[in-house]
Parts: sequence; C-alpha cells; structure tokens
Amino acid sequence: MEQQVSVNIIGAGLAGLSAAKTFAEAGIHVRLVSYQASERAQSNLAEGGINAALNVMGEEDSIRGHFEDTLRGGCFLADPNMVRNLTDGAPGIVMEMDSLGVPFHRENGHLIQRNFGGQKKKRTAYAKSSTGKVLMTALIDAVRRYEAEGLVERYPHHCFERLILKNGRACGVQICDRFRDQEIVLEGSVLMACGGMNGLLGGLTTGTTSNTGAAAAMLLEQGVEFANLEFLQYHPTTVSITGKRLLVSEAARGEGGRLFYLDMDGNRRYFMEEKYGERGNLMPRDVISREMVMLGKPVCLGLTGLDEKTWGVKLSDLREEIIHYLGIDPAAEPVPVSPGIHYFMGGILVDEHHRTNIPDLYAAGECACAYHGANRLGGNSLLGAIFGGREAARTAILQLSGKTEAGHASPQDTRTCRAVTEAEGSIHEEMTQLLAKGLAALRDKETMETALNRLVELRTQAESTDASDELRSKLLLGEAMLRCALARKESRGAHTRLDFPDTDEAMRKTTVVRVEDGVVRIRFREIPELRQE
Amino acid sequence: MKKILHILRRRSAEEKPYWEDFSYETQDAGATVATALSSLHAENRVCASKEEFRPVMWEHSCLQKRCGACAMVINRVPALACDTRLSELRGDIVQLEPLKKFPVIEDLLVDRSVMMQNLKDLSVWLEGEAKSGPEDMAFEASRCLQCGICLEVCPNFAPGGSFAGMAGMAPLSRLIARLPGEQRGRVSRAYIKGVYEGCGKSLSCRDVCPADIQIDELLVKSNAAAVWKRWNSIR
Ligand SMILES: Cc1cc2nc3c(=O)[nH]c(=O)nc-3n(C[C@H](O)[C@H](O)[C@H](O)COP(=O)(O)OP(=O)(O)OC[C@H]3O[C@@H](n4cnc5c(N)ncnc54)[C@H](O)[C@@H]3O)c2cc1C
Ligand code: SF4
Ligand code: FES
Repeated sequence: MEQQVSVNIIGAGLAGLSAAKTFAEAGIHVRLVSYQASERAQSNLAEGGINAALNVMGEEDSIRGHFEDTLRGGCFLADPNMVRNLTDGAPGIVMEMDSLGVPFHRENGHLIQRNFGGQKKKRTAYAKSSTGKVLMTALIDAVRRYEAEGLVERYPHHCFERLILKNGRACGVQICDRFRDQEIVLEGSVLMACGGMNGLLGGLTTGTTSNTGAAAAMLLEQGVEFANLEFLQYHPTTVSITGKRLLVSEAARGEGGRLFYLDMDGNRRYFMEEKYGERGNLMPRDVISREMVMLGKPVCLGLTGLDEKTWGVKLSDLREEIIHYLGIDPAAEPVPVSPGIHYFMGGILVDEHHRTNIPDLYAAGECACAYHGANRLGGNSLLGAIFGGREAARTAILQLSGKTEAGHASPQDTRTCRAVTEAEGSIHEEMTQLLAKGLAALRDKETMETALNRLVELRTQAESTDASDELRSKLLLGEAMLRCALARKESRGAHTRLDFPDTDEAMRKTTVVRVEDGVVRIRFREIPELRQE
Repeated sequence: MKKILHILRRRSAEEKPYWEDFSYETQDAGATVATALSSLHAENRVCASKEEFRPVMWEHSCLQKRCGACAMVINRVPALACDTRLSELRGDIVQLEPLKKFPVIEDLLVDRSVMMQNLKDLSVWLEGEAKSGPEDMAFEASRCLQCGICLEVCPNFAPGGSFAGMAGMAPLSRLIARLPGEQRGRVSRAYIKGVYEGCGKSLSCRDVCPADIQIDELLVKSNAAAVWKRWNSIR
C-alpha cells in the first residue's frame, strides 16, 4: 500500500507559512511545527518594509538595480544567481501579498514605496512601521484555509528536538509537545524555518526570546553544514530597554531622519552626511554601525524635521513606541541610539534551491544563509523569508514526486524540553557575554581567542555536568561562530577586524562550518559565478 | 524598587494551585512584570515553601507588546507582562495569575488554541484576490495580537461558545475591508454568527486591549457592512 508523503516544517514565521502555503497549494500535506503560535513569531515585529523593484515611484527603478544593490550591500559574498532569483521574484511576492489583502500604504489608490538603507531608489513597500505584522496576519489567514481542509496540520506549541537521519538522509524530526511534555516523532522530509539564533546572545538582540538558536545548534551538532556565521548584523539605531534592544526602524531615516553627535561647542555634527554626502543616513547598516562605533561618541537620531503628515500617516506607530518605551517624543526631541544585534546573515548553508548538505533537509528564512552576503539590506529579509520559503517548498515538491514512502523514523534517545536549571542558566549567561565580546562590531584576534578559549572550557564543564543537550549544542554553535570569525582574516560587511582592516579579494568566499566527531571544522568555498541567462 | 511577586502556581492542570512569593529588587525604572519574571531564581523565594523550586512557567517572545504571548492577570486585571511597569503598580505586592478563560498548562502558561480554533470554525480567510479597500480599516484590524485579553474581560465570551469575541471580530474586519463582492455572503454569515449575535456591546474589551485597537470603530464599520449591508459606507 502506498504511504502518504508528508513534509515537516519547523517554524511558523513568514518563511514557514510561505512554505506551508506552497505545499498546500500543490495538495501536499504538511505539518507546521512551531515553538509558539504564528502570532508570536519574530516576523510580526518587522517594521520598515519589504523590497521589490515595482517602479511605482517614477524613479525608473529596475530589477537590475535591486539585484545590484543587494549584491553590493552584501559585499559580493552572496551567490549572485540566488540574488537574481530573489530580486526577479520580488515584485511577484509583493503583488501576491497585496492580493492576500495586506494593507500596504497607498496614496490615491497607488502603492507607495519608501527609501531604505543601501538602495538607490524608493523600493520598500510598507504599512506604517508594522509591515511584518500585517504580512503575518494575511499569511496566517491564507494558511488557515488549508488547515481547515486538513492539508496543513499545526503543532503550535512544539519544540524541535532533533533531526532523524537514516543513511545520511533526513527522514523525520523528533519534537516535544511543550504543553504535555510529550515526545513525538514525525516522519517525512524536513524544512527548517526556525528564524535567527537570537538566544545565543541573550537580551542583546532586537528579536524575540523564542528564537533560542537551539534548533540550529542541534542541527550543527548533527552534521548539517552552516555558513558565514561571523556575519552578525549590528543595526545602527537601537536602544537598550529592559530585557532587550528596541529597534528604531530604518524607516525613520528613510522618511528623513538624520544621525548626529554634538561637538565640543554643542553643534550638531551630521557625521554620516559629512562623510558620505546626501544619502549618508541611508548607507548600508554595516557602514553606519562601523562609523558609529569608531566615532565613540553618543549619537542621536534627529527626527524633529519630519512633517505632521509623515508622523500621522507613515510612522504613527513608531512614534507611539518610542514615547512608550523611552519617554521621548521623537517629533520634539532627538532619540539617543546605538548599534545593536539585529540579524544573522549566516545560518544553515543552502544551495540555490534551498537544499542543505543533508538530502531531504531544506532551509529558508533567517535560519538559512542565502541572499544577504556579508550584510543584509533592510527590507530584503521579509522578502527573503517569503520568497525563500516558497522556493524551498517548490524544490521539496519536485523531490517528493515519485516518492511514496518517507523511510521509517524512530526516535533516538529521548529527552524532554525542560526548563533550564540555575547552573545551566549561569553557563548560558556567560556564553552570551563571551559571544557579545568576541563578536563585537569591531573585533580582533585577541578578543576572539580569549572568548573562544573560555567557551571551550565552558563546553568541557557542561559536558562533565548533567547539562542539557541544548546547552551543549549551543556552546558548540557559539564556538563555531567564533571560529568562523577568526578564520576570516579580512574586514568585509558586518565583519570588521581591527587587525585586518582591509577587504581581501582572495577571501571573497563562503565560510563553511561543520562539526565532525564533536570538532568544529572550517573551510572556504568559492562563490558561484553569475550564470548567463 | 522592591516588589513581592505573589504568583498563583500549579504544576499541571490536574494538580492543585498554590501561591508562592518571590522578592524582586531593581534599580531599573523601566522594569516590567516580564523583567521580574525573567529573573526569578530559587533565592528569590520569600519563604521556602514545601514545594521543590521550579522555574515559573510563562509565555514570552517579543518583550515589546507586539506578540501577545505574555498576557496574564496582573493585580486582577488582564494585561501584558512586558507592557506593565512595576513602578506603575500600586503597593508592594504584585499578584500574578494565569488568564482564567483558558485551560492552564502550568503556572502562568495557558492554552489559547480555542482562539485559533474559533477563527478556523468561522472560516476566516479570503478566497480569490482581495479587493482594494479601506487601508486604514484593514491595517487596524491586522494589528490584533490574538492575546486573549479582551476575552478575559468579556461577559459574553466563553470557550466553546459560538461567540468569538473581539479576537474574532478584528480578523473578520480585515476580511470585510478587503472582500471581493462574491464572498460577502459567506463572511457576513460568519460575522453575524461569530460576532454580532454574541456581542452585548459592553465594550469592556476596548479599555483593556493592549494594542489599543480602535474596537468601536471597527465594530461600527463591520456591522454596517456585514449586518446592514451598507458595504459602500466603509469604502
Ligand atoms: C524588530 C525587528 C524589525 C525588523 N524589521 C524588518 C523589516 O522592516 N524588513 C525586513 O525585511 N526585515 C525586518 N526584520 C527581520 C525579519 O523580521 C526576520 O528576519 C524575518 O521575519 C524572519 O522570518 P523567519 O520566518 O525566517 O523567522 P521567524 O519569524 O523568526 O520565525 C521563526 C519560527 O520558528 C519557530 N522556532 C524557533 N525555534 C524553534 C524550535 N526550537 N522549535 C520549534 N520552533 C521554533 C518560532 O516559534 C517561529 O515560529 C526585522 C527584525 C526585527 C527583530
Ligand atoms: S482585540 Fe486587542 S485584546 Fe483582543 S486579542 Fe486582539 S489585541 Fe488582544
Ligand atoms: S512578550 Fe510579546 S507582547 Fe509581551
């Protein structure tokens, strides 16, 4: 008898939902596993917008322009073929979201796009400063339809535990029902859409606490190849609030916000404009953050020049958020800002079709290293998540055709996702601090090696105690990040080394990292050439 | 600032609830209930009860009132833990309880899947392409966090009933704002059954919604369109 083929998606943010919708549209049954309900995913937090060269602003924008800006913004470290797929697909993605009823900002019925960092044209479609939320609401609705049809089966309070491998292929996942403390084995191919690795950096990121990085860590331990882990995006305009960094969206600068510091005479120095000219405030994030850290002075974001209409129609929610958390009305006073960790350019290594090194395992969204090279442009990640989820699903669908059975998956040693003990908590806390120091916006061999040596000690310590698999594998992932950063002996994009300040063309390669017998191994891989069309 | 967190705890739905107190001290004027909950250890226990120490379970994610995860009852009022500053709570004791309209899993963790089930039962999705419509209404309706706080205070909502409360109204209003004409019948029926017929207009939801969703405005517009068939009034 033929067995029905199912696919398991881990993560129900934009990438996971987009993949689920694609499978369901093809009539394929999927299980959508997520730590929490979709409404809680980090994608809901995204603010400023989503990019596509729609050319609606009378600026003669082109897909070619989007392609070039993305590649240049990423310091030529992304696979140009993938970037071309992404930017070619972008207009279709935004129009599809529009057809799902996403309330993109319009004037007189026409869709309006805004300026965003690192891009020469107004190319970012948006809904005030809540673009992620409105995209998520629409995609959640779209997927709900397939849930009702039984094509999408949700596991919405379930934690990924491990991949189940058979003869080197992914044939299922082991998950844990957090509410019932129950282990479950799901058979079938696996698509990872589990978001960024925030958890490794504790409260130092702008993201959610539920993207713990545990899933990525376990995959690394299980032999999945990762790439470019040294590239953490420091967003220039964040503010420390209790428990996390609060993002002040790039939209604020897209709509006219200006960065400055006060000189000894109390004069405002618009340092980005002084150095980079008119578009200085909209340079790519790596450039601005680096300038701010090197400057070493308190920097403010001046938004007092924005007009009433901009505040009312385009940024009202951002204004409310700043007033609420900082007690500052940005329309009246400058906002003190500093760089904070915002995005992980590195992640699970995927090829152009979102395949990993393990057959039947795919990855998309922020957990995958795909489109953004050494530095992601604002607005490209929502795009990358929706587009990537769809592409990964399409690839998996092609692989599934003809397959009738998924291979039997049996659980490995069982483990429940349990609350961390206090001893584990303190190791975790120290790991966070080590990574923050070692992977600071400006790095050098010494600081990284100091962090690495201590991290290795912590791993030995964790191994000798009864630490959870989760903590052990996270220490391994932290080690892999530091080793990637040490191996890249140049400065490029978000990776700035004080001891290697220049970009080295010979290092224009992908850092590939994998764990073999518990040892972290790094190699560099050539970046494919752009194929002729 | 020093506070005692007086928490209603429970190991599981089957076991008896008990109160446990933790002390929390901070210099951070912006500290919220979420901040305090994140830093509870065995040493914070005010007096070691007979219970073995267990970390307090609660749901969290964004810590910036954008995801609805951390809804709970704080000093008898449902609110988001990450949106409730300790300095704004009167007295030294902060009483924390799980939302009461949903099954408790453990401590402050509840199972809100009934909300998602309601939306499924009401067929909250679009078929075919959305029509252009009032962006403001669709935007406002899209902002619902599905936190469940409105349901907690609603005198008419009960899990398992046909009334989905404002947590059902908001997503349905999004559809109403962007609905292709041929789907008006289907969505109107869902709206009348899931929202209009059950709502007693007490509007207690309006005052507690942490997203400050303009509930009355959405209700008026959605009623006009879906109940009174004045579809043009929302355009
Ligand atoms: C404040 C903020 C603003 C942003 N603004 C923008 C913007 O304007 N434009 C832009 O392009 N990008 C923006 N980004 C980035 C963008 O939002 C994210 O990169 C993108 O949404 C990631 O989507 P995703 O689907 O890959 O992951 P997520 O939305 O993070 O979803 C991850 C999913 O995986 C689940 N998960 C995680 N771990 C596990 C596990 N162990 N077991 C089971 N499930 C698990 C989670 O529960 C969740 O469902 C912003 C990010 C932040 C933090
Ligand atoms: S309407 Fe407000 S209170 Fe109710 S679920 Fe939505 S966000 Fe929460
Ligand atoms: S943690 Fe997201 S609303 Fe409180």
